[in-house]
Amino acid sequence: MARVGVFICHCGTNISGAMDITRVVEAARKMPMVVTASDNKYTCSEPGQASVRQAIADNKLNRVVIAACSPRMHEPTFRKAVAAAGLNPYLLEIANIREQCSWVHAHDRKKATDKAIELVKIAVAKVIRHEPLYPREVPVTKRALVIGGGITGIQAALDIANAGHEVVLLEQEPTIGGRMAQLDKTFPTLDCSACILTPKMVDVANHPNIRLITYAEIKEVRGFVGNFKVEIMQKARKVDHTKCTGCGTCWQKCPEKSPSEFDLGLGNRPSIYIPFAQAVPAKPVIDTDHCRYIKYLQWVADGEQGKKPPECRICEKICPTGSIAWDQEPQTITEEFGAVVVATGFQVYDHRHYEEYGGGAYPDVISGMQLERLMNASGPTGGEIIRPSDGAHPKTVAFVCCVGSRDQAKGRTYCSKVCCMYTAKHAIMLKEHDPHVQCYIFYIDVRAGGKDFEEFYLRALDDAGAIYIKGRPSKIYQDGKKMIVLVEHALMGRPIEVAADLVVLATGMEPRTGADRLAQKLNISYNTYHFLVEAHPKLRPVETQTDGIFVAGACVGPRDIPESVAQGSAAAAKVVGLFSRDALVTDPVTSVVNRDRCIGCLLCIAVCPYKAIDCETTRDKRVVAVVNESLCKGCGLCVGACRPKAVDLRGFTSQQILEEVNSLWS
Amino acid sequence: MISAVSVIKPQPDTKFRSFVEAHIGQSISQCYQCGKCTAGCPVAYTMDLTPRRVIRALQLGMENELENSSSMWICLSCLTCSARCPREIDIAGVMEALRLATAGNKPSPSQKKFRLFHELFIMSFQFSGRAYELGLGVAYNVLSGHLLNMVSIIPGMLRRGKLACLPHRGQGSDIQGIFNRVDALKRKNNEQTQSSKP
Amino acid sequence: MIETDRYAYYPGCCAKASAKEYDATTRLVCQALGIELVELENWVCCGASSAHSVDKLLGITLPAQELQSAARLNLDLVASCSLCFSRLKIAAHELKNENIRNQVSEILNEKIPANPRNGVKHLLQVLESHMDKIPLKKPLKDLKVACYYGCLLGRPKEIAEFEDEENPQVMDKIISRLGGEPVEWGFKAECCGGSHIFTRQDIVLKLSHRLLYQAKQAGADCLAVVCPVCHSNLDAMQKSIDAEYKDKVDLPALYITQLIGLAAGLPVKKLMFDKLFVDPIPLLRRKGLV
Repeated sequence: MARVGVFICHCGTNISGAMDITRVVEAARKMPMVVTASDNKYTCSEPGQASVRQAIADNKLNRVVIAACSPRMHEPTFRKAVAAAGLNPYLLEIANIREQCSWVHAHDRKKATDKAIELVKIAVAKVIRHEPLYPREVPVTKRALVIGGGITGIQAALDIANAGHEVVLLEQEPTIGGRMAQLDKTFPTLDCSACILTPKMVDVANHPNIRLITYAEIKEVRGFVGNFKVEIMQKARKVDHTKCTGCGTCWQKCPEKSPSEFDLGLGNRPSIYIPFAQAVPAKPVIDTDHCRYIKYLQWVADGEQGKKPPECRICEKICPTGSIAWDQEPQTITEEFGAVVVATGFQVYDHRHYEEYGGGAYPDVISGMQLERLMNASGPTGGEIIRPSDGAHPKTVAFVCCVGSRDQAKGRTYCSKVCCMYTAKHAIMLKEHDPHVQCYIFYIDVRAGGKDFEEFYLRALDDAGAIYIKGRPSKIYQDGKKMIVLVEHALMGRPIEVAADLVVLATGMEPRTGADRLAQKLNISYNTYHFLVEAHPKLRPVETQTDGIFVAGACVGPRDIPESVAQGSAAAAKVVGLFSRDALVTDPVTSVVNRDRCIGCLLCIAVCPYKAIDCETTRDKRVVAVVNESLCKGCGLCVGACRPKAVDLRGFTSQQILEEVNSLWS
Repeated sequence: MISAVSVIKPQPDTKFRSFVEAHIGQSISQCYQCGKCTAGCPVAYTMDLTPRRVIRALQLGMENELENSSSMWICLSCLTCSARCPREIDIAGVMEALRLATAGNKPSPSQKKFRLFHELFIMSFQFSGRAYELGLGVAYNVLSGHLLNMVSIIPGMLRRGKLACLPHRGQGSDIQGIFNRVDALKRKNNEQTQSSKP
Repeated sequence: MIETDRYAYYPGCCAKASAKEYDATTRLVCQALGIELVELENWVCCGASSAHSVDKLLGITLPAQELQSAARLNLDLVASCSLCFSRLKIAAHELKNENIRNQVSEILNEKIPANPRNGVKHLLQVLESHMDKIPLKKPLKDLKVACYYGCLLGRPKEIAEFEDEENPQVMDKIISRLGGEPVEWGFKAECCGGSHIFTRQDIVLKLSHRLLYQAKQAGADCLAVVCPVCHSNLDAMQKSIDAEYKDKVDLPALYITQLIGLAAGLPVKKLMFDKLFVDPIPLLRRKGLV
């Protein structure tokens, strides 16, 4: 026999200001099975909670209704209070008479009071039918997976490893380092990018707690927080890294060159290669699309049609340790983790989409990242800033901002945040390389929001003498040796033509190709642009809606290095916090399948947004659905979809909800 | 001495603005004044108000500047601005709307010759159904006062048989009927708008 | 199903006068390719730049009349002039609006369908689809052609339904098919100055000069065009351009149909090269094409 206690909160004047609390209390007293009803000014306060606890004891209550603010505010608080009084915390129901009543009906006191009474009536009807619920504990595997070996992933991996936990750092390229490895200097400090990055890369390689897996991708992810099972696909390097010493003899002798991805097409690299000199691991992979021997093998497999291609195999012949392994195949590695950090970073927007700027056809119209490679001493030109077309030193350089950003017509409305700053950096660096150069920067707005950023922008203006002209260029074309930029000098109000030796397009950031597929494998959300979505953009920036999967860095949105590093550490902190417990407590408000009623249609599996339902075969050979309570979030979609009404949601059973409805008519 | 300064009257809807926005089906507050339209406009160099400034004038309700501007008449409707605008605003449509909005007014000195040309062009096919280039040319030269305009290519055109001396004899096309009915419909629409006014 | 070898043809006002050679060679080439052109009866001016600039309804009604004519024939309508093509396409788009459709129906005294079966094409699109039928009697070997599309073919993108507006390739493909060498240049789709030929000749001279200069820089021997307005700006005005800019560009501007006719081995006299102001014969002779 239920003994219900109803506690109505004034919430200061938030609730009492809009309705007649006394009338609500009186009505509550008359509701079925209500033993006591009272009101309190601030039920969530210590005295308020104490009075609830006291009332439970005095009246031997076994069900509690608290009519107050939204459960999203204080359900955990009141659950704890009820538990402290000795009751199962799930024998509580909250009637939201604030957000759903007093805050929206303040203009009609009588109606607000009537509605509050109805809300309490519903809550009483429901709570009578509550059953005690007991959370479960699941174990936690204290190993972390970090996907992405750029600065963000490196930072996260190091932090987690230093906290004493095992980390696997996964990177799809042959080396870690990400975009930072391609940069020359970083704003606003003008640190040499590689100099600050490579020590961390080496730390990762040497750390006893970090296992580095490069040239590999995620194949499949199953499981739930604390218990992820991940299949990793190790791509075939065709080089045995257990034997290879990284001596470099092979890549020095390889005859087949192709455009270097690392140098963004400005230079070439051999088919057996490491992407850059400080690569970690400093052991090569073979590019099977260009390798001569692979092509030869293909020719043989195709039936030896036409002219015989060269067999080559020079690398194999000169390798002192016999590390070339032509028959190496992709391998699947299965690992278990308790948490995953996604730090897959960004790629540079492809400026070939801008046909009006030449569509990539003009060699002297380059992207910002390409300029970084030119400026970099270990780049394709040894640090000489020269025109790709004829190798001449440019005297007039034009910069076009917002390429691939703030442009609805190109399908990218967002601002890429870093381009204004890196363009200022470029202007400063160009002046350092050549005091006679003149830079023109065509901008719409200059955004310099970070620490020391405004001063850095002023450096570009004052010290580097860069001329900033407001106006978005409409067209760039070639006239003889010069590139002509058509732009409006908006602040002067007339169109101008600027003849430049070199044009640098400040291309924006976008997520890596395939970020959407990775997100789907992990069951996390992404937006229109494939940036990953945080659990809350303001207050939970490194968590996702999926417990145990964290995100950090530029894969979430455009950001610079300090922000990315901070987020890498933040995600690491979350992981370490997760690992500080040996077991995780799960929320018992989950669905449960009545196997006798389940007809095995499995519609619930199709509608579950959390992939929380599986199927299994019963002993009497029937296929039935089964809910993984660790993944279930209690949304109830399965209950709605279930045709034979075999699934029910604990804490929100069908019967409870129907009684809520019925109670309104009694 | 205080010099006269244009006062910006930031009224949300001026008569030009509503008409323009209805014509293009977009809000011009979307324009963030980047200037790409002007940069790509082949004739911006000779406009009194560049396309970006035209939009700005509309945004700020500075109508008097637009009424007498020749910008929309110099506009070639090449549509480059609309094609490249990063906010996908139909700027060429704005120019068209301004032409339509001012077509009934007395032309300002800078607008005169364009308005004259359009009027004469339409007249040149109003009677025969097809444009009468020679007649148009002669009428334009005389009425605009530029008597020698285009005269240099006339002998070459005549020699090559590329200039019809007489207007085309339109058989069966009810061109005059079309013009009459267009005018009648416009008058009817105007009356309806007038009668629906409070 | 709309036929692909028979089209309603809208010649445009320039056809019998300033673009005589374009109309003649269009008919000639289409005949050679087995394309039947059915000229619309009683067609009127499309309104060009003037009608839509001063009167929206007039600007839609005039092309609408032609669309209706073609609909009655149940054929796709093909226009050889880019300006006419643009007006026809825009009118077809505007007529999707019920209010406008009703008004235009009232003026033309016939009901305009909400979803007409037939469409509007530019001659270039029709030629492309029949490209492989062109007999290659005289390949345009060593002839470097700058294909000039003009500003209106590809704009506005959604309405024109033509290919890429900044770097179209249709004409270039045709020239390649004819054995010629299309040059890549950055002004394929930039405006020539259009109808300002009467009112602001200085604009036409400036813009057309820019086109000719850029085409020459790109290594072109001649230009290929698909619009009578563009053509007269580049051809008839070339002498004035030379005088104004103290230059002698000497770049013949030919209609694409003249080039196709040449490559297909059609009688040279019928290709009306003598109608051009900038004589292409010396160039064609140099290349062994005449």
